[in-house]
Order: sequence, then C-alpha cells, then structure tokens
Amino acid sequence: MARRSSSGLTDKVEINMTPMIDVVFQLMSFFMCTLKVVAPEGDFDIRMPIAAAAAAAPDDQQVPPVRVKLSAGPDGSLASIAMNGTPVADFDELRKRIIGLVGADSGPNSLAEKTEVEFDADYALKYVNVVKAITAVSGKVENGQVVELIRKIKFTPPKKG
Amino acid sequence: MAKRSGGPSNTEIDMTPMIDMTFQLITFFMFVMNFSEAEQDDRIQLPSSQIAKPADGVIEKPITLQLTNAGSVIYAGELVAVRDIGAYLEREKTLMIDENREPNSATIIVRADGRAKTGEVQDIIRICQEKGFERFALRAQYDDRR
Repeated sequence: MARRSSSGLTDKVEINMTPMIDVVFQLMSFFMCTLKVVAPEGDFDIRMPIAAAAAAAPDDQQVPPVRVKLSAGPDGSLASIAMNGTPVADFDELRKRIIGLVGADSGPNSLAEKTEVEFDADYALKYVNVVKAITAVSGKVENGQVVELIRKIKFTPPKKG
Repeated sequence: MAKRSGGPSNTEIDMTPMIDMTFQLITFFMFVMNFSEAEQDDRIQLPSSQIAKPADGVIEKPITLQLTNAGSVIYAGELVAVRDIGAYLEREKTLMIDENREPNSATIIVRADGRAKTGEVQDIIRICQEKGFERFALRAQYDDRR
C-alpha cells in the first residue's frame, strides 16, 4: 500500500491535552493552597546603643532631647501624655507640638533630623500606644505622601512596678 | 436529509479558553505568593501605623523577636520567656563573630503585639543592648487608610 503523501491533504494532528491539563490543575491547586495573604508591614528604625556608650560620646551638634512621658491607666490604657513636662491632650496635638518645636522642614541637617525624642512609658502601658506616639513624632501624611519629622527615637530604661 | 441518530457523536470541545484562563490564574498565584523569609506569626497582632512604610531594601540577616500578648517571646518558632532570650542572643552573637560580623551591625526586628506591655518591649531592647546589639526595627502593620 502506498504511503499517503502530505502534498495535497493536510494531516490533522490530535494532541492529547489531558496530561497537560492535569499538571496545570495540580499547579493551580498548589498555588491556591500555599497562598498566604500577608498584610504589608513597615519598620520604625531605632539606633539605641547602651546608655553608657551613648553618654561617652558627646556630640557638639546635639540638640536637647524632647522627652515624651506616656502614663498608663490601671488596665494598661493610655492615661496621659506629657511633652517636656507639659500635658498634651492627644497624639494629634503631640504631632503639632513637635512640628511647632522643630518646624516643618525635615531635610538634611534640619532641626527635625538632629532632634531626638526620648519616650518614657510606664511598664504596663499597652505597646499600641507607644507605636501611636512614635507615629505622631516620626511623621505626618500630607496629600498621600509621608513627610518625615523626627528620626532619632529612644526609650528610657524599663521601670518595673 | 434525516438527522443521524444513535451511535457515539464525536463532539470536539475547544479547550483553548480554559487553558488560557488556567495559565492566567497560575501566573496570578505565582505573583502574589509570598517568597520572603520574614518571620511572621499569627499569634501576634501588630499595631498599625500610617508612617511605618515597608522597608526599601532587604534587611540582611535580621534577628526577629516576636513578643506575644502574654509576654513570651517567639524566637525561631520557639516560645521563650523574655528573661531567657539573653542566652539565645549570646548564641547569635557567637555565630556572628565567627562570620566576622559585629553584633552592632545586625538588626533586631521587634514584632510586638499591640496589647503587650511596653515594659516587656523595653526589657527585650535592654537585653539586646547588653549583648551588643544596637539596631532595632520596631515592626508595625502598614495602614494605608487616609
């Protein structure tokens, strides 16, 4: 029997798709099962050498630190805020006071860059309040853009009791 | 002409749109898959902040300490008391010195629960300072609500 030549008629090659579809579905199931939706996280960078070492290295360009006292209520909630001994109503006011102190300029060599904020929080205070306070002093959101304020942050040593 | 009845009808299904869509789905899942090695634990409810922007670069070999609501530290998947982390940090420090790295060049990522006591976070920082670590990254959930 003569072999049919490919000259006139075109052969229809049937590809078996089943294994490919199987693998593709397996891959899809794998990715669907391993998918973990993660909320974006950000950091507040703090450079805090041990107190003795910091005291040994005086800086003539240093601006006196701003002391923010955060007091806790009996259940660990925020009872009061004070900046350099003066009571502050809330975190928005704290931000306004910080802007009033260092100005809106946060560029290089600005007062905002040189100023250091020291947080003195009560031991039992819930940490969420400290993050709110750090947020208030570190910057503000203006027209969807973050404007940086204070970059140097430190904590007083923990006081138990 | 009479319609042919009986006998198996050879119906050809066009698979192309389905395969297209499946490949699109696979691509989507591959993109959204989190390949980062950042340690995260569902037991920690991070406080949120609008200012805590995700870091631009990758922190090289960080040490992650996660403080739970109950006051324990999750270190490398293990639950450790705050006062005991010093021994683990000492081990990290030895490893770093073996690799010719200074402890003060390493970043300690503190993922503390919003309900935890601030004093415990300060205790962690103090213990780290005593071991020679001085760079800290206080982690918060980035909240982009305006």
